Amino acid sequence: MTKRTVELPVATPGAGAPGDPLRVPIPASPADVDPELGGEHLLINLGPQHPATHGVLRLVVELEGETVVRVIPHVGYLHSGFEKLGEYRHYNQIVPLTDRTDYLAPMSNNVGVALAAEKLMGIEITPRCQVLRVIACEMSRIISHMVWLGTTSIDLGAFTPFLWAFQQRERIYNLQEMWTGARLTTSLTRVGGLLADVPDQFVTDLREFTRTFPDTLDEIDRVLTRNAVWVGRTQNIGVLTADEAINYSLSGPMLRASGVPWDLRKDKPYLGYETYDFDVPVGEHGDVYDRFLVRLEECYQSNRILMQALDRLPDGPINVDDPRVILPPKSRAMNDMEAMIYHFKQVMEGVKAPVGEAYVGIENPKGELGNYFVSDGTAKPVRWRIRPPAFINLASISKMAEGHLLSDLIAINASVDIVMGEVDR
Amino acid sequence: MNPSAPALQATFGNAIGRVVEARGETIVTVAKGAVRDVLRWLRDTTGQEYNYLVDVTAVEYRDRERALEVVWNLRSLGSRQDLRIKVELAPRGELEVPSVTDLWAGANWLEREVFDMFGVRFTGHPDLRRILMWETYAEGYPLRKDFPLRGRFSRSEQVRQALNVNPEGHYSLEELAIAESYDELPAEMRDRLARGQRDRIPNSE
Amino acid sequence: MKHLETVNGSDNWLTTKLTSLVNWAVNQSRANSLWPMPFGTACCAIEFMATAASRFDLARFGMERQAFSPRQSDVLICAGRLPFKLAPVIRRIYDQMPQPKWVISMGACASTGGIFDNYAMVQGIDTVVPVDVYVPGCPPRPEGLLYGILMLHKKIKGEDLFDPTLRVEHLLDDTGLRLPPEQIDEISEPFGNSVQQFRSA
Repeated sequence: MTKRTVELPVATPGAGAPGDPLRVPIPASPADVDPELGGEHLLINLGPQHPATHGVLRLVVELEGETVVRVIPHVGYLHSGFEKLGEYRHYNQIVPLTDRTDYLAPMSNNVGVALAAEKLMGIEITPRCQVLRVIACEMSRIISHMVWLGTTSIDLGAFTPFLWAFQQRERIYNLQEMWTGARLTTSLTRVGGLLADVPDQFVTDLREFTRTFPDTLDEIDRVLTRNAVWVGRTQNIGVLTADEAINYSLSGPMLRASGVPWDLRKDKPYLGYETYDFDVPVGEHGDVYDRFLVRLEECYQSNRILMQALDRLPDGPINVDDPRVILPPKSRAMNDMEAMIYHFKQVMEGVKAPVGEAYVGIENPKGELGNYFVSDGTAKPVRWRIRPPAFINLASISKMAEGHLLSDLIAINASVDIVMGEVDR
Repeated sequence: MNPSAPALQATFGNAIGRVVEARGETIVTVAKGAVRDVLRWLRDTTGQEYNYLVDVTAVEYRDRERALEVVWNLRSLGSRQDLRIKVELAPRGELEVPSVTDLWAGANWLEREVFDMFGVRFTGHPDLRRILMWETYAEGYPLRKDFPLRGRFSRSEQVRQALNVNPEGHYSLEELAIAESYDELPAEMRDRLARGQRDRIPNSE
Repeated sequence: MKHLETVNGSDNWLTTKLTSLVNWAVNQSRANSLWPMPFGTACCAIEFMATAASRFDLARFGMERQAFSPRQSDVLICAGRLPFKLAPVIRRIYDQMPQPKWVISMGACASTGGIFDNYAMVQGIDTVVPVDVYVPGCPPRPEGLLYGILMLHKKIKGEDLFDPTLRVEHLLDDTGLRLPPEQIDEISEPFGNSVQQFRSA
C-alpha cells in the first residue's frame, strides 16, 4: 500500500496541501489570541451516553472555537469486574465471561483464553480443533470489522454501509448459532477442545458465505473508498507515526496503519497460522483513511483464510484425549466407573492447573488480546489478566485529536475501533 | 532462554533476583530500587531494544505470606522476544514503584489501572488517579485479595453512593481547572485542586 | 377531560364511551410510534442494533427513529449491564425524559445484574429507575426483544389516561434512593449458583 488510492484536494477548512498533516495551530493560552476575539476555552462533555462514542465512553473536550485543544477520555463506565470474577471461576467457567468482554468478536476471545489456559496446563490440541479455531477467529474478525465499518460510516454520515455490513453479520450469526447455539455469546472453546463439532451444514454454508462475501466488500469499497466526502473526512486526520504508535503500545490495525508491519499471526504464530497463505495490509500515513483501508483489506484476507481452512479441515476428534481435562461423553460416564469419577471430579472441582503462569497474545480484530493466567495449583486462577487492546489503543486518542476539529474527533474516535466491554472489563 | 536474562545479570548483578524460564517465557525478578534503571536499560541498549511495552499489571497471591508482584511485559519487535520483569512488594506494606510513562507512553493508562485495582502508587506518573472506578470511590482497591467479591458495603449503600457521587467525581480536577466555572468552585475544592489531593471524598463521614 | 364528567355530573354512557375512545386513540398512537432511547451499554446493545437492522427491522413498529436525546424519546431501552459508575447517568437520562415514558430493561444484566454479581454492577436497573418490561436473555434474541416491545405495546394500550396515579414522576427520595434500602438489599441478594460463590479457592 505505497500509493494513495485517491488524492483528492481536501475541502475541509484550514486544510493545507494534500499530504500535509492537517493541524490547526493551537493557541498556547486564551490570552495569546486577540483578547477581543479570543474567549475562554470551552469545556464540553461528550457522553457517556452519546450515539457517536461507540459505547459508554466519556470524552471531555476542551475547545477553542471548534478546534480541539485537549481531549481527556474517561473510561470505566462499563467496568464489570471481570478479572475479579475470574478468580472465583474454574477455567472452563471463565470462557463464558470472555464472550462479554469483546462482544463484537466473541469467538476470538474464547480462543484467546483457551490458548492461555492450555499453555498453562501444557495441553496440545488436536489438528481438527486447531483449524476450527482458526475458522472461529477469522469469522470473528469479519464480524468485528463489519461492525466497525457500519458504525464508522454512520458516524461520518453514510448510513447504507451499516445495513449492508449488518446483513453480512447476520449470515455469520446464523453460522455461529448453528455451531454453538447462540448468536453472540458463543462460549465456544473449552480447555483442551471445543464446545462441539461443526455440523455438516456449517461447512456448506460457510463456503457459500466465502463465495459471496467479497461482493459486499466490493460494494462498500465502491461506495466509500473514492468518495470525496469520505476521503475529505478521513485523510490526514488523527495521524500517528510509527514510532509514536510503538511507544503508545498500539496493536492491530491501528499499529499497522501507522506503518509498523507487526501482526501476531505472522510474527508470533499460533494455531498454525504460519501454514496459511495470506497477506497483512500495512498502511503508510497512519491516519483514519489508512486504518479504514487496512481493516477493509483484512476482511478480504480473512475470507481467503476461511477458504483455505475449509479446504484443509481434517477429520478427527476435536477434544484432546485426556480425561482429566475433557469431560467424557455421557454414554461412557454413565457406564464406566472410571469415566464417572473423572466426570465428577471435573465438574465438582474443576480442572486443576499446575503452579506457574502463562501469557498468550492473539491477534484479535482490535489488536493484541492477551490473557495472562497465574495459578497456584488450584482449579481457579489466582490472577486472570486480560491485556485489552482497545483500552491501550484508546489512550492514544488524546495525542491524535489535538489540533483537529470537533467533527474530526468523532472520526478519530471511530477509527480506534473500541469496544467498551473490553476497555473497561 | 531469552539472552537478555544473562545480560541483565551481568550488568546489574545483585539487583537481579530469581530468573525463571518456563513454557517458553522468561521471567526476571528485579529489586524495587533498580527496576527503573533495568527497564530503561532494556529499552535503550543496542542489542536489547525492548521498544514495545505489552502490559503492566500486578498479581496478589492467595497465600498471605507471598509478595504482591508488579509485572511488566516487554517485547522487542525487532527480535520478537518477550520478557517479563517483576518487582516484589510487601502486600501490607507500602506499595510504590517508579513509573515508566516517560519510557513508554502506553504505560500511562496501564499504571492508572494498577493503581485503581491494587492501590500501587507509581511515582513520577503525570496523572495518577482512578480510571475504572469513579474518582471518589470509597470501598477500596477491588482486585486485592482482602476485598470481597461483592464489595464491602451493602447493596443499598453502594447504590446510594453511586447515585450521589460527589460532583468532583464527574470531572477530574484538572478539567475543572479548565472550565469557565473554576471561579465558581467552592474554595475548599480549589484548595484540593491546588494541593493535588484526589483520593478522598470530602465530608464523607 | 375531567371537566366533562363534572359538567354532566356523573359517569354516563357518553362519557364512558368518550373516555374509552380517547384512551384507545391516544394509546394506539403512543404504542405504535414509541421512539426508543437506546441506552446501549454492552452486548445487548449489539443485539438491539441487529434488531434495528434490516433482518428484524424495528421500523415496522414505528421505532426506527432512535432518539439519542432523552428529551425527545418515549421509551428508555437499557440494553446491557449497568455498573455503579453508570447509575447516576441512567438516572439523569430517565429524569430528563418527558412523560409519558416507559422503560424496557433488556437482558439479564439490566434486569437482575446477570452473571455479574460483584462489586461493580448494579443488580438490576429497577433499583435505580422504574421498569415496565423486563426482557430476559443473555443477550435476548431480536425476536425476544420484539416480544418485549409488543408486551409494552399491550401495556400501553391498557393504560387509562384519566388515572392520576399513572403518569407521575418517580423521583429519588432524600436519601438519594428510589426504593427503601431493605428492598434494594433484598432484590440484590445472590440467587441460584451465585449463592455458593463466596470463596475464591
